Amino acid sequence: MAEHMSENTIRLPDTSKLVISSSPHLHEDDSVRRIMFMVIVALLPACAAGAWFFGPRALWVLLVCVASCIASEILCTRLMGREVHVDDGSAALTGLLLGMNLPVTAPTWMCVIGSVIAIVLGKMIYGGLGYNPFNPALVGRVALLLACPTAMTTWVAPMTNHLEWAGVNSVTQATPLGVSELTAGALPFSYWNLFWGRTGGCIGETCVPALLLGGIFLIALNIIRWQVPVFYLATVALITGVTHWLAQAQCAPPLYHLLSGGLMLGAFFMATDMVTTPLSRKGAVVFAIGCGVLTSVIRIWGSYPEGVSFSILIMNSLTPLIDRWTAGKPFGTPRRAPREVKP
Amino acid sequence: MIKQLHFYGGIHPAEDKVAQSVPIVEPPILETYIVPLQQHIGAPAKAVVAKGDQVKRGQLLGEAQGFVSAPVHAPTSGVIREVTTCLGPSGAQVPALLLASDGEDTPAEPMPAIDWRQAPPGDLRQRIAAAGIVGKGGAAFPTVVKLSPPPNKKIDTLILNGVECEPCLTADHRLMLERAEDIVTGAQITAHILGAKTILLGIENNKPDAIEVMRQAVGDSGIKVCSLKVRYPQGAEKQLIYAVTGRKVPSGGLPADIGCLVQNVGTAAAIADAVCRGKPLYERVTTVTGTPLVSPGNWRFRVGTTYADAIKLAGGVKEDPIKIISGGPMMGMAVYSLDIPVIKSTSGILLLSQDELTQFDVRPCIRCGRCNDSCPTGMMPGILSVQIENQRYELAEKWHVMDCIECGCCAYTCPASRPLVQHMRRAKAEVQAARRAAKAKAEK
Amino acid sequence: MTTVILLTVTGLVSGLAIGIVVKFFGTTPNPLEEKLLELVPGANCGGCGFAGCEGYAKAMADGSAKPGACPLMNDAVVQEICALLGVESEPRKPMVAVVCCSGDDDHAQRMAFYNGVNDCQNAMLVAGGGKGCVYGCLGLGSCARACPYGAIEIRPNHIAVVHPELCVGCGKCVLACPRRLIKLTPKSAPVHVFCSSPERGALKRKFCSAACIGCRKCVKEAGENQVSMNGSLAVINYDNPPDAAVAAACPTGALRTTAIMESTKG
Repeated sequence: MAEHMSENTIRLPDTSKLVISSSPHLHEDDSVRRIMFMVIVALLPACAAGAWFFGPRALWVLLVCVASCIASEILCTRLMGREVHVDDGSAALTGLLLGMNLPVTAPTWMCVIGSVIAIVLGKMIYGGLGYNPFNPALVGRVALLLACPTAMTTWVAPMTNHLEWAGVNSVTQATPLGVSELTAGALPFSYWNLFWGRTGGCIGETCVPALLLGGIFLIALNIIRWQVPVFYLATVALITGVTHWLAQAQCAPPLYHLLSGGLMLGAFFMATDMVTTPLSRKGAVVFAIGCGVLTSVIRIWGSYPEGVSFSILIMNSLTPLIDRWTAGKPFGTPRRAPREVKP
Repeated sequence: MIKQLHFYGGIHPAEDKVAQSVPIVEPPILETYIVPLQQHIGAPAKAVVAKGDQVKRGQLLGEAQGFVSAPVHAPTSGVIREVTTCLGPSGAQVPALLLASDGEDTPAEPMPAIDWRQAPPGDLRQRIAAAGIVGKGGAAFPTVVKLSPPPNKKIDTLILNGVECEPCLTADHRLMLERAEDIVTGAQITAHILGAKTILLGIENNKPDAIEVMRQAVGDSGIKVCSLKVRYPQGAEKQLIYAVTGRKVPSGGLPADIGCLVQNVGTAAAIADAVCRGKPLYERVTTVTGTPLVSPGNWRFRVGTTYADAIKLAGGVKEDPIKIISGGPMMGMAVYSLDIPVIKSTSGILLLSQDELTQFDVRPCIRCGRCNDSCPTGMMPGILSVQIENQRYELAEKWHVMDCIECGCCAYTCPASRPLVQHMRRAKAEVQAARRAAKAKAEK
Repeated sequence: MTTVILLTVTGLVSGLAIGIVVKFFGTTPNPLEEKLLELVPGANCGGCGFAGCEGYAKAMADGSAKPGACPLMNDAVVQEICALLGVESEPRKPMVAVVCCSGDDDHAQRMAFYNGVNDCQNAMLVAGGGKGCVYGCLGLGSCARACPYGAIEIRPNHIAVVHPELCVGCGKCVLACPRRLIKLTPKSAPVHVFCSSPERGALKRKFCSAACIGCRKCVKEAGENQVSMNGSLAVINYDNPPDAAVAAACPTGALRTTAIMESTKG
């Protein structure tokens, strides 16, 4: 190449617009915004399933939650006199998760209040994304659950005949977990219906295949750790399995527990929230097992039929401690005598 | 063959080794060289020539001051035009000599060759010190210091580092292909000095040709060539030792603590030059690469060649770069001037184009934990960076910030683009300052 | 009713217990120290060199600190403390910090765009911060964040400026500046050399139009015992400072009376 490059055509770089920064000068092609966007994409099948089973109002609830979360984050950052970073998608994700955790009958004002609580009291009050100790969507949901228990636990049966939009909506139905506490023994729902989500419940929590699809998508993209849902679900299965074996008449079988309530949504999308869960893989396993134990305890012995939200929030509060316990020893900290090298 | 061992954590960035098939080129003698008197860690050399002096190639220009220091030799023959200062890659002004070459490249009387097999280690150490040899992997630590371990630490294993895990760089790769015999001789000399029984050579398996050439070159000398998994930072000292021997350097310790010594292949070749040919260290192989360059390649630059000259030799640029990096993309230093000279530790000059620029953003940590998974030292960079942002340096020390090797894996994987390595460097500097202060107080 | 009695008894018992513990195990505070503690300002800036105002009061009480060491106290309070301690009050010179650099973006050349942590000490780790003059102010505000009194402003053109009316001379910023540009000077000194580069004049000129180029005009104007030269940098003798008129002799504006320099652009 040097032959046809004469001296006067050689161009030296212009150094007036150089950037200097600390190493490394390479960066993986990923960003907070992409992570949030991918989680939202992963939630869409479950949202679609919710809309299919509970009617178009489900979409309205989701939309209101997302919009009011975004609006309250913008308002809050403005009031705090900070740069608005709503484009990172975290507020939209919080809104979507909150909406998926509400019954389809939730009035609009309740959605708005839940969103404001989730963003303002769940996130911004601690300094915004990255500093919140609790999952904001769960903070919103639990606040609503405590404030308006009736509205939050009135469930409608999913539509079976999609040609009759209007008529079916008004039929109320208890959730699988509520029923299983009342009338034990015979299962009120078939596993098949539980699996597909043809039961009463929150908008986004009933359809297991849609949630699994999204969860596996996130695991494949390395956004969530497979250890969390696996250990969470396994712990619940183990504890409910043992109690079912000991007291068949009072306790539902483990598969029934796995497929019902918010467990799938919680295990794949809530207990895997990056900000509020431990940093290391070891910590994530501890966190997941803790969630599983608490969920089972609340479901079996607690006064609430469902325990996923509470268990995740309780474990959120333990995250800093788990981080400290599971802090890795630096490379070279002796655990045992160094291996002899073979000549 | 040793099982493909590797270390914990790490990343696999795009390799981009475009210059690996370009043979090393001997550049023409330039008009001027700016030779810094500090090309190593430790005290700068003291000039022994003055303005106007005639010098020959390989002549001593600056003598070492103290134990941790290294002499500097003339890259070519000519006149010392000025005793001045120049900008180093770290952004500080360092003392330097401006050498105007006479174009003759007359060599000075070389030091006598030594038959290393018969020579006592002390003589060899002396020669290595006199030849100004420093570690060519990047840190530029005077080699003779490394080769003089305290008597209570017996070194049994010498590990040659031909890993070159930095993306883009190919200088060591080419050197192994073209000077395999010298590398082997240099390694044997080093092992002779240390009395090391085992010599291992680690090469990443993305360089099959180098592995093949080195296997042939070692012959029956007893050196073992280890093919290693491609994983950054495989070439980091502690990680390499673990990969090839399974030994772990204790946290806060040195490789000598576990009987190991790691040496770059370039340093080994320089030792062979110094001992067998009496040639001091005044040139090195450097990769000049990057998408803005017309013809990336590997050159055997004399020290004191400015980056401007180096880029000219590489055919200049097609487009203006946004970053100029001294070293590789993961651990190199961004510089802003082309007047910086190539020194003994310049392994590469890398130019990044506008669309390769990645900006750091000072946004909060979202605690994704990727830095944790990628950190080869097992620290928690995410938690540390938050502590450091809040200036809790004593807390950072407790969370092992001093174990950081600044490899950059954490910042590479961080989706929030946090400048994690910069935080670690700051904390390390603060902790060191605090330790010095505490020591001074204790002595008082 | 039992509840009331129980709570009353518990309250009484614990109150008594606290009283006994304080009486027998508590440290009796030094009355002198207590009085001093009332007089110290309570800002805990550390300007005296002791750990907060309490530490200073303690040190004064045992005689290891002088009453004049606190930059924040006015003369009346110092006199009062001297009277308490029974020592002669020494004359004090109020000090004020000065950032000895004129290299804002309008005068000094910036060689590269720095991208990283917004802090001078961190920027120093990246090729020295990318400023042409390796001795100049980086303007990222390490000193401003260190100042307990909010007296340092980072101007929009990236230079730190001390507002003397807010500065008490505690010296925190002196330690915070990685380039050691900040000096404590007597408040009465009217002019300062706003340059700290020891380089040769020609090299300084290359990167900064407001540097001290070592022309000695100020030395000629004010005399050797008021301004002297250290290499090519003018140094003011703060024991015998020149008056403000000497600033007119400086061709570059490095020697001047106010920290804020008029922009040469626009």
